[in-house]
Amino acid sequence: MIAVSAEHIEKAFCAHTVLRDVSFSIPQGEIFGLLGPSGSGKTTLIKILTGQLAPTSGSAALFATRSEALTISQRRGVGIMMDEFGVYERLSCFDNLKVFAALHGIDRSAIQKTLEAVGLSDCAKIPAGKLSKGMKSRLRLARAFLTSPQLIFLDEPTSGLDPAAAEEIHAMIAAQKKRGVTVFLTTHDMTEAEKLCDRIALLDEGRILVSGPPAELCRRYNRLRQITLRLSDGTELSFPADPASAPAICALIEQGRMETIHSSEPNLESVFMTLTGNKLNV
Amino acid sequence: MRSVVAVLEKQIKDTWKNKTVLIQFLMFPFMTILMNHTVRIETMPKHFFTELFAVMYLGMAPLVSATSILSEEKERGTLRALLMAGVKPGEYLLGVGLYVWTGCMIGSLLMVFFDDYTAKQASLFLLVAALGIPFSLVIGACVGIASRSQMAATSLSVPLMLLTSFLPMLAMFNASVEAVARYTYPQQLKVLLVDAERGMIGAGSCLILLGNGLFLLVLFMILYKKNGLE
Repeated sequence: MIAVSAEHIEKAFCAHTVLRDVSFSIPQGEIFGLLGPSGSGKTTLIKILTGQLAPTSGSAALFATRSEALTISQRRGVGIMMDEFGVYERLSCFDNLKVFAALHGIDRSAIQKTLEAVGLSDCAKIPAGKLSKGMKSRLRLARAFLTSPQLIFLDEPTSGLDPAAAEEIHAMIAAQKKRGVTVFLTTHDMTEAEKLCDRIALLDEGRILVSGPPAELCRRYNRLRQITLRLSDGTELSFPADPASAPAICALIEQGRMETIHSSEPNLESVFMTLTGNKLNV
Repeated sequence: MRSVVAVLEKQIKDTWKNKTVLIQFLMFPFMTILMNHTVRIETMPKHFFTELFAVMYLGMAPLVSATSILSEEKERGTLRALLMAGVKPGEYLLGVGLYVWTGCMIGSLLMVFFDDYTAKQASLFLLVAALGIPFSLVIGACVGIASRSQMAATSLSVPLMLLTSFLPMLAMFNASVEAVARYTYPQQLKVLLVDAERGMIGAGSCLILLGNGLFLLVLFMILYKKNGLE
């Protein structure tokens, strides 16, 4: 079943085009990452997919229902975590979730369970305003998880967090995947995307450049294709990664002169640079 | 209905922690009680302070509270989170409106309770308050809808609040101001509060209130259509 589909989405604000002909589909149970630099149109796309914003042309659908036409019960099946969705600073973590639980007719035990799932059960009575940035992110994540949705949109969930806090969020997202939840994730952190996502799409200036599994993209756009040998005398030798190099490499191994051997491992950053000529983390 | 109740509950929970709104609800009732029990002048009309402060209260508290709640939710992005959770704009406004109305009615009740009104006078006083609160509430909602931030909302609400709460007092001292003020709802609320003391309510005042109400509703609808809730 297709959880999310985007067909030829275009979005322009006055004369400025933010998204250009964006199309993709995400099957149920997949973690899909939208990777792109700041200002590439990631948040705008999430807003269109979740029905917060109408596209200039094209269409978006969640579980085969147009995003703008989602009913309240359908919305309940979709969790959204966006940086701009604030928390009630004066209310406790528990009361923050209680507001949304009341909207969906969810009982108190589910709130406690959700707080435990995001590691905030000890902070249930603490006002949200007193939480650290990482904990606030967890609270927003808890709000997205509260209704046990089948689809979750996460807009830069680890933005501005320290590595330990980001790691915890990654674990929570991975746990959702185990439940069969579809996750749509935007990020400009290539490591996060490589680690979490089944498939990614690279977005630049509102256009999807390429999409596919991270490992496959790295292989496809690996321009370096080199094998580097470090010899016992300290010298470093590089060979093109093709069959013609095999005899020379084998000879060095047979002579016992090789100390280490490395193939050049491309990452999403190098894929992005290959495709755009720009760096990703801008 | 579930959404309205959820918004209402959230506001009630927030009351003791939201100083801006709490002060608005309690400031004038406490001032009234204080003045009534400390200032005694022979020639002063009965219920003078209650009527004076009640008009100010009805002009100020609902306006500032509604503006503060709406603009804060807009600025912090909690309003968007509520709307994405399936709360309709009308349900949200109704929830906030009910909360502010109830808070101000409790304040009005305190004013009446600590003054020596008869049961009939008190009932009429509270009826006038119940009718008057929505006027300032709608103005507050208009300001909240038209403002993008709390700062912008404050810069709009302060002059409006001064106008709605002090106009009847200025009208007491200046005939020209009174000639204009008599067509506004704060002045008519003052007239009705004095009438309530006599145990009657004038039809003329009700007509002017109706006109003011229609004008404010049209203004609200125009602003809502133009800006939406977000």
